[in-house]
Amino acid sequence: MTLQQQWVALQTILNKEIHRFSRIWVQTLLPPVITMSLYFVIFGTLIGSRIGEMGGFSYMEFVVPGLIMMSVITNSYSNVVSSFYSAKFQHSIEEILVSPTPNYIILIGYVLGGVARGLAVGFLVTLMSLLFTKLQVQNLAITVAIVFLTSVLFSLMGFINAVFANSFDDISIVPTFILTPLTYLGGVFYSISLLPEFWQGVSLLNPILYMVNVFRYGILGVTDIQVHYAFMGVMAFIVVLATISMYLLESGKRLRS
Amino acid sequence: MGKALDIKGLQKVYGNDFQALKGIDLSVEEGDFFALLGPNGAGKSTTIGVICSLVRKTAGKVSVFGHDIDQDFSLAKQELGIVPQEFNFSQFETPWRIVLNQAGYYGMPRELAKERAEEYLRKLGLWEKRNDQARMLSGGMKRRLMIVRALIHKPRLLILDEPTAGVDIELRRSMWEFLKEINEAGTTIILTTHYLEEAESLCRNIAIINHGEIVENTSVKALLKTLNKEHFVLDTKEALSQLPELKGYHCQLIEDHSIEIEVEKGQSLNPVFLALQEQGVEVLSMRNKANRLEELFVSMVSKNGGEG
Ligand SMILES: Nc1ncnc2c1ncn2[C@@H]1O[C@H](COP(=O)(O)OP(=O)(O)OP(=O)(O)O)[C@@H](O)[C@H]1O
Ligand SMILES: [Mg+2]
Repeated sequence: MTLQQQWVALQTILNKEIHRFSRIWVQTLLPPVITMSLYFVIFGTLIGSRIGEMGGFSYMEFVVPGLIMMSVITNSYSNVVSSFYSAKFQHSIEEILVSPTPNYIILIGYVLGGVARGLAVGFLVTLMSLLFTKLQVQNLAITVAIVFLTSVLFSLMGFINAVFANSFDDISIVPTFILTPLTYLGGVFYSISLLPEFWQGVSLLNPILYMVNVFRYGILGVTDIQVHYAFMGVMAFIVVLATISMYLLESGKRLRS
Repeated sequence: MGKALDIKGLQKVYGNDFQALKGIDLSVEEGDFFALLGPNGAGKSTTIGVICSLVRKTAGKVSVFGHDIDQDFSLAKQELGIVPQEFNFSQFETPWRIVLNQAGYYGMPRELAKERAEEYLRKLGLWEKRNDQARMLSGGMKRRLMIVRALIHKPRLLILDEPTAGVDIELRRSMWEFLKEINEAGTTIILTTHYLEEAESLCRNIAIINHGEIVENTSVKALLKTLNKEHFVLDTKEALSQLPELKGYHCQLIEDHSIEIEVEKGQSLNPVFLALQEQGVEVLSMRNKANRLEELFVSMVSKNGGEG
């Protein structure tokens, strides 16, 4: 395929993905907005006012960036896992597999689809949060970069899970056993400086902590960790996951019989 | 003219031990209308799966218009359009988007894709349904949708896996007409079928596949001729030292007590007996010797419950 043809193929996959999650917006865009609004009301307004300060900010200001990040993570992940798995399940993935579209275009297309949904939800949740608090972004470049990279990382994870999944139940393995625990323990709701030293050390092994903290740093200008290490860590994860994904596509083990 | 498809020594082992294809050699000339005929489980879909890269082959070489499917996969795939046996589009998409997306996967610019999509959707009677969800279409419409999807990038080789399964007679005829038309316009077509009748009315050449092996590869005409002949074995009372004279029949002495005679279907047997009587040969018994193809067809028809 010429580069121009590859570009058309990429646009096609991305358009298809955006069209898919927009068509079923009641299942894809609305739920995270409702859930996060509840979080804002309960943690931010009701409980938050009793907690007082966290890391030098009101609890609401502290928790909002974490919650935005949490919705970006889960939505990037679920978009790719459900879209790719259902394409596999309905065999419509064969439409792409028989075409000359190269594997890396397939991967980039699906990942960008996940990023599109992650960013769309992140944007909507941010808008909601403005009803509860002011957000003054301290460093726009860092904020945007970390959201984008995080979204890519979890889209890749969704992709890998979808390739391995053999049933619709399997697509919730990663969210249940990895994403949810890691996000809840990833400094979304608290600053790890509240933890005893040992648990602070353990928390530093959690990749989500880094993403949430960099994002919070971009907005509030405070962080528990070093920003450039966090970026390097995220990039390293992306490289590893992308390599695994490409291997799965090239070998075709679970996609072609 | 070149070869549209060339398969050499193709083998497929599913899992660790099930050999679905046992070394297939097959080639199809450009412009041909070719039938791949065989009973359930013969390996037709597996062969097609390998050609379009959905099945990973165990051994062998496949090329499409001279492009090796492993080395030049991009060029090989551009030449190839596939209509699979099972529906494999998203049930929630509309025919319009399904066809346009497929064009996109082949790198076709959107404007051109829209023109062609309209042309083919109209031609196959799906234009009115273009904005309905695919799951709302009838079975015959779904099958036509897959034909439109396979043609959108103007492949030079179109492969259809049982395109007329579950399609009523009238629609079947109109599909046949359509396929003949695009074949005359230059597209090479290969189709799989269980029905000799379908191959007979459409195809010039035919390969018969059974248990993962090609058992016959010939022109449809020659095949029909073979199937039109019957072989009888006559057992005689006395040993024969030489073949009795039987004018107008192909025959041979297979043992000193039996003669094999080839008879066209509908040809009378009386002259045989008259001639034998004149030569003083006494026939004790006679049996019909089915040939291997005939046996295959009988088994195909009975396995399919006679729906053909
Ligand atoms: N994914 C698979 N895993 C294991 N065995 C398979 C697989 N696909 C097909 N087979 C086996 O390979 C053999 C050939 O199957 P194939 O689908 O190629 O037959 P076919 O000629 O298309 O039959 P039909 O006329 O019923 O469509 C069958 O015995 C089938 O059970
Ligand atoms: Mg089949």
